[in-house]
Amino acid sequence: MDKNIPGKKKYFLVLALTIAAALVLLYFGLNSGDNGKGIQPVPDKMVQVEPDAEIQGGVHVATGLVADEGLNQVIANCTGCHSSQLIIQNRASREGWIEVIRWMQRTQNLWDLGENEEIIVSYLSQNYAPVWKGRRAPLTDIKWYELKE
Amino acid sequence: MKKEQLQKQSGRRKFLKNTARGALAAWFGTDIVFASAMPEGYVPLAFQRQDPAEPFGKHRDMIVLNERPWNIESPAHLLDDKVTPADKMFVRNNGLIPEDIDADNWSLTVDGESVVQKKTFTLQELKTRFKTYTYQLTLECGGNGRGEYFPPTEGNQWNVGAVSCARWTGIRVRDLLNEVGIRDNAVYIGYHGADSHLSRDPEKEPISRGVPMAKALEDETLLAFQMNGEDIPLAHGYPLRLIASGYPASVSGKWLNRLSVRDRVHDGAKMEAPSYRVPCEPVEPGAEVAPEDMCIIESMPVKSLITFPASGALLKGRNTVNIRGHAWAGELRVAKMSFSIDFGATWHPCKLTPPVNKFAWQHFEADVSFPKKGYYEIWAMATDSQGHSQPMLTPGWNPKGYLNNACHRIAVKVV
Repeated sequence: MDKNIPGKKKYFLVLALTIAAALVLLYFGLNSGDNGKGIQPVPDKMVQVEPDAEIQGGVHVATGLVADEGLNQVIANCTGCHSSQLIIQNRASREGWIEVIRWMQRTQNLWDLGENEEIIVSYLSQNYAPVWKGRRAPLTDIKWYELKE
Repeated sequence: MKKEQLQKQSGRRKFLKNTARGALAAWFGTDIVFASAMPEGYVPLAFQRQDPAEPFGKHRDMIVLNERPWNIESPAHLLDDKVTPADKMFVRNNGLIPEDIDADNWSLTVDGESVVQKKTFTLQELKTRFKTYTYQLTLECGGNGRGEYFPPTEGNQWNVGAVSCARWTGIRVRDLLNEVGIRDNAVYIGYHGADSHLSRDPEKEPISRGVPMAKALEDETLLAFQMNGEDIPLAHGYPLRLIASGYPASVSGKWLNRLSVRDRVHDGAKMEAPSYRVPCEPVEPGAEVAPEDMCIIESMPVKSLITFPASGALLKGRNTVNIRGHAWAGELRVAKMSFSIDFGATWHPCKLTPPVNKFAWQHFEADVSFPKKGYYEIWAMATDSQGHSQPMLTPGWNPKGYLNNACHRIAVKVV
């Protein structure tokens, strides 16, 4: 979407994103300085998201998450405790994602997701579904270089 | 720590200055003019998170799997050193790294149902009252290789580099427990550290695991305060950690401030199923396994890595290469090391060194020659002292994707 945005509009987009990101940074900065004492674990640590934050090539730039329905719910409910990278590197079926959520609710202080659970589970199982790779996949992403030694 | 923190800050500023413009160019396409709209010193989150040098001084080629909690692995070729240096050592965290550590006032309390009397030692007392030992000890994450399992299993998708073998200096846990006095009913030790739960709930520990008494009392099970002759780096447990090599590295707790001698199997965080457990009996891929049918992982399996050359080597005008790497076998020794260039149809021996001490990885090398031009994979297979070899496919699937010790392989092209 960004490529055709006129310069001025893009400028404001950058500015808005900057402010949003700065708020997030400030938020975590304050939290991390607290050394874990006296902070209520839930639910005020839900991350506030800018709904129109920058999307490039179908990916939410600040988190790397796929831009799809449910993105904001995922950012708000998941990335308060762990980075989006933990989501992005995992793949699971619908049942698998539900099991992960239940485990986090049992042991990691994840709250009841209420009506957001269905939205989040649909988002995860559609965008981060297992890809068949069998018992041993071919080597991929080989970076060829001339061996001099 | 004050001085170090300042240096860290200053390094960070330099990093921001050097990379912000380039990062922005990549981020927004090629239009760098928008960089002027950014406040000075601001780096977009998406870029900021990818540099493993920040904040741990890691090598730039280290791979960040997760920045909260921090989980960073080494590509195989970075592990070429015989003794793993700090900048190439993987980082595995279940929680948040403690801040503002005060080593001068650090203490360790030994408690639990099976101590004669609860006792607290200052770090200085630990360092001076007991004999110190130095061993080179392999630490491998139980989930190393998880990324290769199918169906996929949840957690950090480690490739092969969640393993290290540094020199650790500290006191024997056995000597400490002898000083405190333990009862006959002792079953397990469990550690407690200063890291915080991801949710920042002060009532919860991110991880609190341990080992059976027999393992705790081994010569090489240490309370370590030095790594490679220096204070342990913060990410690796400064100022005090447990090292129990041969088991999943999660038993080697970091930032240790309490050690409990238990009259039962320790029941701290991540001792419970499914964490660091595998099915007691083998299951089919994708199976659901009841918690009571999951058993705690003890010894890690036999494994090896080719650390030279890096995968992707093009051999121009020659058809030979000398390969080298390391092999280890949990609590056992590696007895034999082989390589194959034909996907396991034929195997050839490598030269293998003995370990410098128990639990240290062993080194191998071999001259490999290729019959004609083309694409090859060099596969490495270690065999332990009980005759178990690394499988060529992923081993038995388990719900959390532990213990993948499939043969390491690198790509080579003779052109």
